[in-house]
Amino acid sequence: MFCEKAMELVRELHRAPEGQLPAFNEDGLRQVLEEMKALYEQNQSDVYDRLLRIRALRWEYGSVLPNALRFHMSAEEMEWFNHYKKSLATYMRSLGKDGGLDITQDMKPPKSLYIEVRCLKDYGEFEVDDGTSVLLKKNSQHFLPRWKCEQLVRQGILEHVLS
Amino acid sequence: MTEELDVTGQDSDGGSEEVVLTPAELIERLEQAWMNEKFAPELLESKSEIVECVMEQLDHMEENLRRAKKGDLKVSIHRMELERIRYVLSSYLRCRLMKIEKFFPHILEKEKTAQEGELSSLSPEELVFAKQYMANTETYLKNVALKHMPPNLQTVDLLRSVPKPDLDSYVFLRVKERQENILVEPETDEQRDYVIDMEEGSQHLIRYKTIAPLVASGAVQLI
Repeated sequence: MFCEKAMELVRELHRAPEGQLPAFNEDGLRQVLEEMKALYEQNQSDVYDRLLRIRALRWEYGSVLPNALRFHMSAEEMEWFNHYKKSLATYMRSLGKDGGLDITQDMKPPKSLYIEVRCLKDYGEFEVDDGTSVLLKKNSQHFLPRWKCEQLVRQGILEHVLS
Repeated sequence: MTEELDVTGQDSDGGSEEVVLTPAELIERLEQAWMNEKFAPELLESKSEIVECVMEQLDHMEENLRRAKKGDLKVSIHRMELERIRYVLSSYLRCRLMKIEKFFPHILEKEKTAQEGELSSLSPEELVFAKQYMANTETYLKNVALKHMPPNLQTVDLLRSVPKPDLDSYVFLRVKERQENILVEPETDEQRDYVIDMEEGSQHLIRYKTIAPLVASGAVQLI
């Protein structure tokens, strides 16, 4: 049980009569410090693990996180996330000559050009090819170019209809 | 498309050779780099020239598609091809970024101590990204530690806490150039070192560490 040793040391000190100082329990102290170190390291790896999950969110949801997730993050984690997505954006912009390449798209190998999608939430106007646009209203179905829909599918706005 | 592209490669003496590739050869090089990167446990040499040329290629294709007649069957096929190439390129760059993020303290340490003329495993942009990632993560861990832990505990040592790539992991490969006398180290103390020859076209399952330099030189292809 964690902290038992620490408690014991404290109790030892309390048990000693006023003015007296019990022998310095070097062994006990070392055990407590080791325990603290183990807890600290465990905590560190938990904290780091959370960070890796937050990083995964950028790739899953895009640069705007859903509110529900944001509430679960600490201020420091939010700051880390903001720096990370800025850093990632800078890197992606630097690829190639102009504009760069958004490598958070094209996550799966292309199977077909167009896919059937159903709109799960009201989204509004969505530009497709050469200026034409579609109105994405809840429950409307469309036959759209796959590469245009990818991020909206991941954000939960569109649903890929597999017939 | 009959245009050819210039790719400046470096041979083992450090000299520059100008290699002219057809678009098809360029894409083949991209796919080889992509597969090697996917299956190697560590971050491989940066192939910036290939990335740049492929980006140019994609721009040309996009331009051609914009000018083409609508409804032409060729348009669909070219668009598929463009998507496929973009997928491979994105996947390749993503794979590299993931490794950079996974092993960042070791990769940055290696960059610091790299010798003159040694090929870098990071492109200049990747180096910037890696340094920012390190600074960001260090700051975060320090802030969290200061907030919650008493100051007598040790500071973060990322080089020790972040694991190194496992170079002993096994990989599949196909031999492109015949190799002789490859020294294979034993896994256990009972076994001894032995040498093997690798015939062109043969396939092997072998520990990555043994053949790492052959991947870099292009003598073998990871599959």
